[in-house]
Amino acid sequence: MEVDSAFLQEKGQIIRGHIIEMLAEAGSGHTAGSLGMADIFAVLYFHVLRHNPQNPFWEDRDRFVLSNGHICPVQYAALAESGYFSVEELKTLRKISSRLQGHPHRTALPGLETSSGPLGEGLGQAAGIALAGRMDKKSYRVYCVTSDGEHQEGSTWESVLFAAKYRISNLVNIIDYNNIQISGFVNDVMPLMSLREKYEAFGWQVIETSGHDVPEILQAFEFSKNIIDTPTCIIAHTIPGKGVSFMEGKYEWHGKAPNTEEAKQALVELNCSSI
Amino acid sequence: MLNPDLHLNTQLFEVDCAKAPTRDGFGVGLEYLGEHNDDVVVLSADLSESTRCDGFMKKFPERYIECGVSEQNMALVAAGLGVCGKIPFISSYAVFSPGRNWEVLRTTTVYNNLPVKIAGHHAGIVTGPDGPTHQATEDIASVRSWPGMTVLVPCDALQAEKATIASADINSPVYLRFSREKTPIITTQETPFEIGKAYAYWVSEKPQVLIASSGHMVYQALAAARILEKENISSTVLSLATIKPLDKKTIIAHAKTAKAIVSVEDHQIEGGLGGALAELFSKEYPIRMGYVGLKNTFAESASGTDLLRQYGLDALAIACEVKRVLDL
Repeated sequence: MEVDSAFLQEKGQIIRGHIIEMLAEAGSGHTAGSLGMADIFAVLYFHVLRHNPQNPFWEDRDRFVLSNGHICPVQYAALAESGYFSVEELKTLRKISSRLQGHPHRTALPGLETSSGPLGEGLGQAAGIALAGRMDKKSYRVYCVTSDGEHQEGSTWESVLFAAKYRISNLVNIIDYNNIQISGFVNDVMPLMSLREKYEAFGWQVIETSGHDVPEILQAFEFSKNIIDTPTCIIAHTIPGKGVSFMEGKYEWHGKAPNTEEAKQALVELNCSSI
Repeated sequence: MLNPDLHLNTQLFEVDCAKAPTRDGFGVGLEYLGEHNDDVVVLSADLSESTRCDGFMKKFPERYIECGVSEQNMALVAAGLGVCGKIPFISSYAVFSPGRNWEVLRTTTVYNNLPVKIAGHHAGIVTGPDGPTHQATEDIASVRSWPGMTVLVPCDALQAEKATIASADINSPVYLRFSREKTPIITTQETPFEIGKAYAYWVSEKPQVLIASSGHMVYQALAAARILEKENISSTVLSLATIKPLDKKTIIAHAKTAKAIVSVEDHQIEGGLGGALAELFSKEYPIRMGYVGLKNTFAESASGTDLLRQYGLDALAIACEVKRVLDL
């Protein structure tokens, strides 16, 4: 398929605009990780995933599992841009009676496969979904996004072992390696050392990519489709707060939403219409 | 006397009464489900033999998933299977599941109302010599407050089999509590069982007390009723296999015929069956209550029989508590 990298790059930027607007409106939420994953989500929702926003429960759809649920603004924005619901609804994030819960809730909003927020819980569920696909002889693939920080959770490694044992080759774990977590840099809070070596030692195939260079991201996903006897891990090196100068690389923006002034400045930097 | 309408085991008080652990009934129930329901899958965390999944494992290897010593991941994989239309049974000791993986279950299975069945084994102090690390005595409290839960504590191996099979028809999470020790078979195949229903296993003409019990403690409660009868103290013994949702109508109807209630369980009183009944009666029908169960303590290593006696959970202790609440 002909891939329009520029289109995907632009979608990423539009998603970033939505993230800033919805978080400013909500007054709380997680900005840095959401912005950092915008390009990956654009590639996933507008190229990689086989899905149908008009039929969210299509049984042969690829499954997408967001493990680090706190970056849900990026998923909500990608879902809205894909047509699952109107972009206007993004402004309801974290408000009473909204389908857009502060952390994603599967039964609240079509397009979500799981509920998440508590860390270390996405990969095992994705493995279960992938196993069910194998049992039912379905050809769907399961894409899971995890954070680097949640690799401090023991449960993550239980799931890494499990997926390797059962050779769940229709499972791809995309690690958002942005080196920040809520209280500091990952390397200071609890160093992860080499995730590549760890995953390889557990029996996974590992691909590393920039989290922002669209052609490189596309290549990583394309490569993952050729791996047929082990699960695949894509380590995506991302910049937290990507696109907004005063947020980039700053762990202080992990769990903070911009105020109106900060949001205006961010939208200018992102070349998005102001709120 | 034993309720003649319920086809209970008439040999119950004989020396050679048949005994089996409730976990055996779980194993038999799983094999039945394996044959009759293609959606049923079974997951175990390295405890397939002692939690009686091994029969299912041998007959249906393609639907048995060994998770290793990883109770959190077992719960996660089950949730993933559950969203895809499977009916997963996860099996481990109750201290580990729903103990260690409590929040995983809460977020993934319970919050999403998935049909995952959580089988918690080695429950209660009757677990015995392994000691308090392996005797789950807070598990009912820990799952009972989850919204939408069904909590089942079968009284014998036969009822455990029926409960296991019936749980698969409930399209939401179910907690099934099983014990390790052999305990008397109280019921027969003909004894009625329905999730959500309480049954009076012991009936008297003018009951002075209502003894409400669940799990293997139903036997101790019936033995206590027999002791009390000899002392001219009449009672009703309710068998409450379903702790959530409680069969409020039946329980209150029986309470209205008695002067007091005594709850009987192999679990901490706080948050368990006693707590559940206290919540019900304080709101619907205030009545004097007594409690038999663990009282703010862990037990120790010993035989189940010795522990029930030492910690005040045997038939004699129940009879004493009945007399206390009746001011006798």
